[in-house]
Amino acid sequence: MSERELRPPLSRVRGLGSAKDGTHHWWMQRVTAIALVPLVVWFVASIVSLAGADHAAVAAWLTHPLAGLLMVLFLATGFYHLMLGLQVVVEDYVGEGWCRIASLLAVKFACIAIGLASILATLRITLGG
Amino acid sequence: MAEFRLPANSKVGQGKHHKAEGGGDIRRYKVYRWNPDDAENPRVDTYEVDMSTCGPMVLDALIKIKNEIDPTLTFRRSCREGVCGSCAMNIDGTNTLACTRANDEVEGDVAIYPLPHLPVIKDLVPDLTTFYAQYASIEPWLKSTSPAPPDSERLQSEEDRQKLDGLYECILCACCSTSCPSYWWNGDRYLGPAALLQSYRWLIDSRDDSTGERLDDLEDPFRLYRCHTIMNCAKACPKSLNPAKAIAEVKKMMVQRRV
Repeated sequence: MSERELRPPLSRVRGLGSAKDGTHHWWMQRVTAIALVPLVVWFVASIVSLAGADHAAVAAWLTHPLAGLLMVLFLATGFYHLMLGLQVVVEDYVGEGWCRIASLLAVKFACIAIGLASILATLRITLGG
Repeated sequence: MAEFRLPANSKVGQGKHHKAEGGGDIRRYKVYRWNPDDAENPRVDTYEVDMSTCGPMVLDALIKIKNEIDPTLTFRRSCREGVCGSCAMNIDGTNTLACTRANDEVEGDVAIYPLPHLPVIKDLVPDLTTFYAQYASIEPWLKSTSPAPPDSERLQSEEDRQKLDGLYECILCACCSTSCPSYWWNGDRYLGPAALLQSYRWLIDSRDDSTGERLDDLEDPFRLYRCHTIMNCAKACPKSLNPAKAIAEVKKMMVQRRV
């Protein structure tokens, strides 16, 4: 008989017990989603209004403090939201074990690295570096 | 873990065709068959049923097939009126009860499979061991340290009693849980809509004082938070309950106790 048949079903279901976690992740996904509603509207409206503009015009637009602030907020919130969402995708579809841990690390490292790079690039223009 | 292809030994082949003798009002039933004793792959058998001598429900047709055409066909049934939940199966692509799904509600041939993504014991009989263990794990009974009144039952207001409506009616047929993709991929750790609806039934019972411990047990990225509000559960429920809403209420309680 396999271990599956010998181990009582309730023991299998209870497993390692509750992680006493998950609410923060779920709540932050909602909070960032709400924050992204106005930020995405602002971002799309800005990009549309800048359609056809050259590099200098876009850079000049980003030197405005409000544009810089909203851009940093949009990038930070967006990449945090992306990281939380991709984590759920990996947990849903990748089986337990090293593959899941490696995928989760890759997702988090990539989101933090690309997000920070985008924010630093924005700050460089806004602060006139 | 997600599986998008059937394992080699679960690939479904074409089975026997049981032709009806004589004419009449003939309807074709395509039924999933698998026998653990013959080491063969599952197959779909086709049964031609004379509807002029058949009852109105899909379960009537299955019983007629078993009685008159093929006694080896295996399925669970008991109350034949939507109360026991035994005859839950996948009919015409939807998890439902064979006893409350009318033959007329299905167009064309009637395809009948066991509940999805569970181990099959035989034909239309799935293994519900884990499903029942998940139900047991939420401790579905009144837990109270308050002593019961010595000369009466534990009372609750009419408003508090009404909070149990839409929850207590669940018959644990497993239609909802086995329709949920999250339960398919992570059914070993995600409790599934049925167990979570039952858990909420005890969480909002005014007579129960273990709400905090119950929430502690549920607060887990897999046990509770695999629910992504896909809503298949509410669509499948043959009792027209809404497990997704119950799960959303549990998530609200989780946030409520920390903000």
